[in-house]
Amino acid sequence: MIPELGHFALWLALAVGLVQAIVPTVGYARRNLRWMSIAGAAAQVQFLLVVVSYLCLSEAFHQNDFSVAYVAANSHSALPLIYRLSAVWGAHEGSLLLWLLMLSGWAFAVSIFNRRLPADISSLVLAALGAVSVGFLLFMLLTSNPFERAFPVPLEGRDLNPLLQDPGLIIHPPMLYMGYVGFSVAFAFAIAALVTGRMDSAWARWARPWTTTAWLFLTMGITLGSWWAYNELGWGGWWFWDPVENASFMPWLVGTALIHSLAVTEKRGLLQSWTLLLSIVAFSLSLLGTFLVRSGVLVSVHAFATDPARGVFILAFLGVVVGGGLLLYAIRAPKLVRQGEMQLASREGLLLFNNVFLVVTAAMVLFGTLFPLLMDALDLGKYSVGPPYFNRMFFLLMAPLAVLVGFAGVVSWKRANLIESFKPLRVLALIAVVLGVALPFLTQGKGSVAASAGAVLSVWVLVTSVQEVWRRVRAKPSLAAGLRSVPRGAWGMTLAHIGLGVWTMGVAFASTFNVEKDVRLGSGQSADIGRYEFRFDGVTHVEGPNFKSDTGHVVVSYRGREIATLNPEKRLYPSQGSVMTEAAVDHNPLRDLYVAMGEPIDKNDANGDWALRLYYKPMMRLVWFGGVLMFFGGILAATDRRYRLAQRAAASIPDGAAAA
Amino acid sequence: MRYVRYTAPVVILLLLIFLFYRGLALDPREVPSPLVGKAAPAFELPLLEPEGQSLTPKALGGRPVLVNFFASWCAGCQVEHPLLMELSKQGVEIVGMDYKDEPADVRRWLQRHGNPYRQVAIDRVGQAGLDWGVYGVPETYVLGPDGTILFKQIGPVTPQAWERDIRPLLVGVR
Repeated sequence: MIPELGHFALWLALAVGLVQAIVPTVGYARRNLRWMSIAGAAAQVQFLLVVVSYLCLSEAFHQNDFSVAYVAANSHSALPLIYRLSAVWGAHEGSLLLWLLMLSGWAFAVSIFNRRLPADISSLVLAALGAVSVGFLLFMLLTSNPFERAFPVPLEGRDLNPLLQDPGLIIHPPMLYMGYVGFSVAFAFAIAALVTGRMDSAWARWARPWTTTAWLFLTMGITLGSWWAYNELGWGGWWFWDPVENASFMPWLVGTALIHSLAVTEKRGLLQSWTLLLSIVAFSLSLLGTFLVRSGVLVSVHAFATDPARGVFILAFLGVVVGGGLLLYAIRAPKLVRQGEMQLASREGLLLFNNVFLVVTAAMVLFGTLFPLLMDALDLGKYSVGPPYFNRMFFLLMAPLAVLVGFAGVVSWKRANLIESFKPLRVLALIAVVLGVALPFLTQGKGSVAASAGAVLSVWVLVTSVQEVWRRVRAKPSLAAGLRSVPRGAWGMTLAHIGLGVWTMGVAFASTFNVEKDVRLGSGQSADIGRYEFRFDGVTHVEGPNFKSDTGHVVVSYRGREIATLNPEKRLYPSQGSVMTEAAVDHNPLRDLYVAMGEPIDKNDANGDWALRLYYKPMMRLVWFGGVLMFFGGILAATDRRYRLAQRAAASIPDGAAAA
Repeated sequence: MRYVRYTAPVVILLLLIFLFYRGLALDPREVPSPLVGKAAPAFELPLLEPEGQSLTPKALGGRPVLVNFFASWCAGCQVEHPLLMELSKQGVEIVGMDYKDEPADVRRWLQRHGNPYRQVAIDRVGQAGLDWGVYGVPETYVLGPDGTILFKQIGPVTPQAWERDIRPLLVGVR
């Protein structure tokens, strides 16, 4: 019964979605306020229905209801409850349901928080979100129903992919989806602006917190994904430029550009059409990511079971949603643009450069990702594009961006003298160069051009970000008053920029000074990396709830003093016959020590010699810590009180135009 | 001119959609091999064990055999490796062609992961790989008893590929 209830709730949600998309739009065309105001209620009802459906599927997992094909394929009675509940999004159908839950959740939030916006904008935003939800619901109901029953009912489930049985995977997809789907709100705002022709500073102020919120979730999602890959795949890597990673990174890059162009639109009323285009593109790339994962057009470790029919459907959906948005843009945007004056030597000018670099980087990633497909489609042969291309291009494009960040605080809006602006930064630039060049020698005892270059950029970003706050504080009589006077949005920006600096440092060091060693060790033997000694104390056999594990014991000493015991595991999941490597890591801010189990040298003797992989990765933590700082920076920026004021101000404007 | 700027995104989208539509019909893993149905190209390569001896296609004949191009530096090879181990346990004959690799490296690799191969030949400069039309390791060729190439698997051998494409061939000729 429960699965049928969930299935039925989805059909109802589809009906409500149609109402949410059509009625307010017709209402807008007829200037009928009552029809427009249905959007909010519809969004709330739809959210409720999707929640019910989602809970039904969770309950099916909870009860081990293997008569539901999706549950049978992705769960097992011995699977711990927490993984049974996260298995809901462990494969194609369920992750679509999660996508939909997020989408209707965002629409719900819009309907609550944007009640005070002018009725035409808020109802059109919800109508656009409703239209997107209709597409997704149709996709689910017609090609990927998670509630489908299977006969005969299997006695036992096939278990969740062991790769996904990890705490990182419990929160990584929801965070990522929140980000992906969150850009649908920016998209919907862009549609509303194009339809109404209202595109001004007020619009930017309404769209900004939504965009920032989507961005911060995406940031966290990507960070968690990287952290998960590092711990779970046992390759010691944290970013592989895999097509699906790229699919999440492209909307992030464009979303970051959007956040900055929104700032220009809000403060100076410029770059409107560019901002609209970015809003549409950010969401398009999120949909593209979904298409790439689901369709199997690219080879990826992330690819779910592929089905051409689904691919065609998503492609059509992509064409309608994005094509519709871009067509609207082509028709309406030229009429919206006011020719404002734009000086390149100004803060908005620098932000334009920032946008160019970010968007070109996204284009570079897109090109690299699609190049194999392009060549294949044109019958020019099979290619693969690997990390060397991405890494080189990425560095070339990101280095100038990091330099630009330093100027963010000192260059004024409208018109600035760049030479004058640079003067207060001269000392900081000197500090960055000296400290940056010295850091590799100070911490690693050896030099490297790449690490020094990264460290210079990192220190530059860090000191200029701190200086920007300091400049504001210094202008006030006391420290406390000064700190209070800094708006929350500025704290958010500073924190996110510090995150960028920290991240840069981590990447520079972890990729340059990474030491990797493959060793064969018997019990009691040890291997060295620098001053670290790894002693292997053999393995013990451990029975987990749904796996068997050979748990290794590795004692790490630094200059003869024991500092850590690491327990890397080799797990066998019998229900899927798959072997997983659980790496063990000892970490502090300055370095990670990473041990992954290879295979026993003699297959039949787990107590004999083992192949082990040892890594020393300096400053690895900073890579993720940088992402976490950006996340919190995003939270601060999104909750700035001027957005709440903006809503109140909007509420005081009579809706005369719309009601007339 | 102004309108060109605003229409460009939609045009780019249409091109992308066309590309993806073409892409859906293609299998990114599939590379047709002109060698299927033909005799295996000749080669003479040194064996890993015993040292000093060499392997030629003649030595492969008589029984169906899998010729697996792999390398110690190849990640996809680690993916398929457990399956190869399993197959070799079931008595499937697999000959390894160590592609563009050093004997010392591959010896360590086999020690670490286990050795599923009846014999391992060292294709150090990749000449045999070139003759066989290897795009990238891993690739696996199914050879009939008469030395004809019956099938070519691009990328790791998966359980599905084994069940669907490879096993029927081996059963058929036995």
